[in-house]
Amino acid sequence: MLQETTFLAPTSWYVILSATLFIMGMAGVLIRRNAILIFMSVELMLNSANLAFVAFARSFMDITGQVFVFFVITVAAAEVAVGLALIVAIFRTKQSIDIDELNTMEG
Amino acid sequence: MSEWTFIALLLVTAFIFPAIPIVAGTLLGPRKPNEMKNSTYECGVETVGDTWVQFKVQYYIFALVFLVFDIELIFLYPWAVAYNQLPLFGIVAGVVFIITLAEALVYAWRKGALEWL
Amino acid sequence: MDIPTLESLNLLAVLPAIILAAYTGLLLVVDLFIPNENKQRTALLAILGLGATGVALGVQINQYSAIGDQMAFGGLVIVDGYALFLQGIFLLSAILGILMAMNYLPRRGIERGEYYSLILFTTVGSMFMALANDLMVVFVALELLSIPLYVLSAFIRDDPGSEEAGMKYFLLGAFSSAFFVYGVALIYGGTGTTSLDGVAAVLAGEALNLPLALVGMGLLLVGLGFKVAAFPFHMWTPDVYQGAPTAATGFMSVGAKVAGFAALIRVLVTAFPGAAQAWGLLVIAIAILTMILGNVTAISQSNAKRMLAYSSIAHAGYILVALSAAQFPELAQEASSAALFYMLTYTITNLGAFAVVMAIEKDDGSGVEIEDFAGLAKSRPAVALMMLIFMLSLTGLPVSAGMVGKFFVFGVAINAASQSVWLAIVAIVGVLTSVVSAFYYMRIVYMMYMRDGDEEAEYPAIKPALGTALAVTGIGTLVLGFLPTLLFDAAQRALIAGL
Repeated sequence: MLQETTFLAPTSWYVILSATLFIMGMAGVLIRRNAILIFMSVELMLNSANLAFVAFARSFMDITGQVFVFFVITVAAAEVAVGLALIVAIFRTKQSIDIDELNTMEG
Repeated sequence: MSEWTFIALLLVTAFIFPAIPIVAGTLLGPRKPNEMKNSTYECGVETVGDTWVQFKVQYYIFALVFLVFDIELIFLYPWAVAYNQLPLFGIVAGVVFIITLAEALVYAWRKGALEWL
Repeated sequence: MDIPTLESLNLLAVLPAIILAAYTGLLLVVDLFIPNENKQRTALLAILGLGATGVALGVQINQYSAIGDQMAFGGLVIVDGYALFLQGIFLLSAILGILMAMNYLPRRGIERGEYYSLILFTTVGSMFMALANDLMVVFVALELLSIPLYVLSAFIRDDPGSEEAGMKYFLLGAFSSAFFVYGVALIYGGTGTTSLDGVAAVLAGEALNLPLALVGMGLLLVGLGFKVAAFPFHMWTPDVYQGAPTAATGFMSVGAKVAGFAALIRVLVTAFPGAAQAWGLLVIAIAILTMILGNVTAISQSNAKRMLAYSSIAHAGYILVALSAAQFPELAQEASSAALFYMLTYTITNLGAFAVVMAIEKDDGSGVEIEDFAGLAKSRPAVALMMLIFMLSLTGLPVSAGMVGKFFVFGVAINAASQSVWLAIVAIVGVLTSVVSAFYYMRIVYMMYMRDGDEEAEYPAIKPALGTALAVTGIGTLVLGFLPTLLFDAAQRALIAGL
């Protein structure tokens, strides 16, 4: 399936990279206060999973992982559509998308 | 690993080259700041009005509708590539998928998402 | 990769879910041609579709004893007793959810046809959650379930509370999905497969990379923990439940939670029997903390929707008690039956409680403080009686569904106590926190029966749809309390070949 190349990085490198991206995304969600940036961090987490899937799929020579990535990408797009619509709606009523200002309820 | 040594060398050089003029500039250059120099660099005509204008909401709706259809294409691509080898119900499944997409389009259309006001 | 054949697809086995999916797509388009003032018709059409699905499901359940478990979509989906029972719960909660919304949405001035289509979409997602036999299907179903719920929470446009609820639910939901996906990626890396049976088979032998798969399992637990609102992933629940329109809150407090547990139990029991000790301890810890936090925090709430939110967190804890007993293979079946039965009682009772809240809520969304229940027994005796039944059931007091549910859940934990002392502890914590829960449930009863309310208080009229929902849930709660063994037997029989 794959062409012989002079050097293929071992799968573990990709996994370490994807874990790093995942943790960066997680930190972004926890630290950032802007809804769009939080959302972008979530996308980073999803894409880090995609990277891991593709890396594993290559090492197993198995197509399942790649198909999974298709689904993740599509679902992420659906999430983007709903999420951005929500963000636009909130911006129109509040003129702000800072999640710290989302505090109309007690507790 | 010899190719990797080259890449490492290239990386190091790539960092050093732009660093040299910056460092040289700060060390050697004279420093006479004034208000004009400290202001943000701008070129062209001065802007009129608030730069934080709101875009039409239609723009976002278009973008969102486009985004979803655009992404769905990734399922159609492998389907189209394997078209010759698919059994009949494989074709049917693809058609069902396209009908679903068409349905979404009808929905967007009837809801007026495709009209530019 | 093999090209699937019609036989391996076995579409007939998943006919109910397919009918509902196709019908939902159709309804979305049909709704476009129904004029705005007639959206009740969309609701009736939605109920019709759910009814048709229910008939198909009934036929399937009827044939189940003859046919047994079936696979569909080349093993991606499994139709067993567990899935059939859960699909029934989802259809029931969807019908009740629509009945409640039919009355509620016009009053709040937010009746749009999409509401009903979105409920159906969520139901399709939940059904596939129950059917899933592959992590890929679980993921897609999870998202099909969640995304419509984000929209439903934010359904009152221009209302800051509802928008806030939608936003919080969306951000944390997407966050949890990311954990879930990464967990699946690691499991795939550790075992080379995403099929639940496949993962179990690989883990039983020589796993490619066991630690990777175990970390992946932990991440799955985090992702699904968010969905079922278990400690420490519960923090979105109160705000979302309070801000969302009450009809949506009621629906998602059961739909999303039961579907989350459907996947959680299936994944842990089917795919990870080899790591049962690891997840068993985790689940016990989460169960204990969830029960304590949910019940203790609920006491101090003044808003009924918020109180019910913490109560729903607590009930997630009770279901986790059953799940924690499922770590022992010989008890897995009994534990799953107990969890299934508990979810059924919880679904009916909790929907009923939210229906009562809707019955006293004012048209602007206010009037859902616990104080507002004062004097309800005088002004609305029937509604107050219903609420009494639901509160008894949620507490777990006799002659109600909740008592039977708790009996089975704690029973299976005590059965397992001989194997691990932790099960005894978790059962004791469960019983003690149930006692604590009486404080806040009985506070509403006290308000309704002992306090005089505002004589002038005007409650909105109860229309037939909401009345039906109240009657069904009320009678259901009583019947499940009186005739428990009947259904429990059914649940257990359904599981014999399942799981």
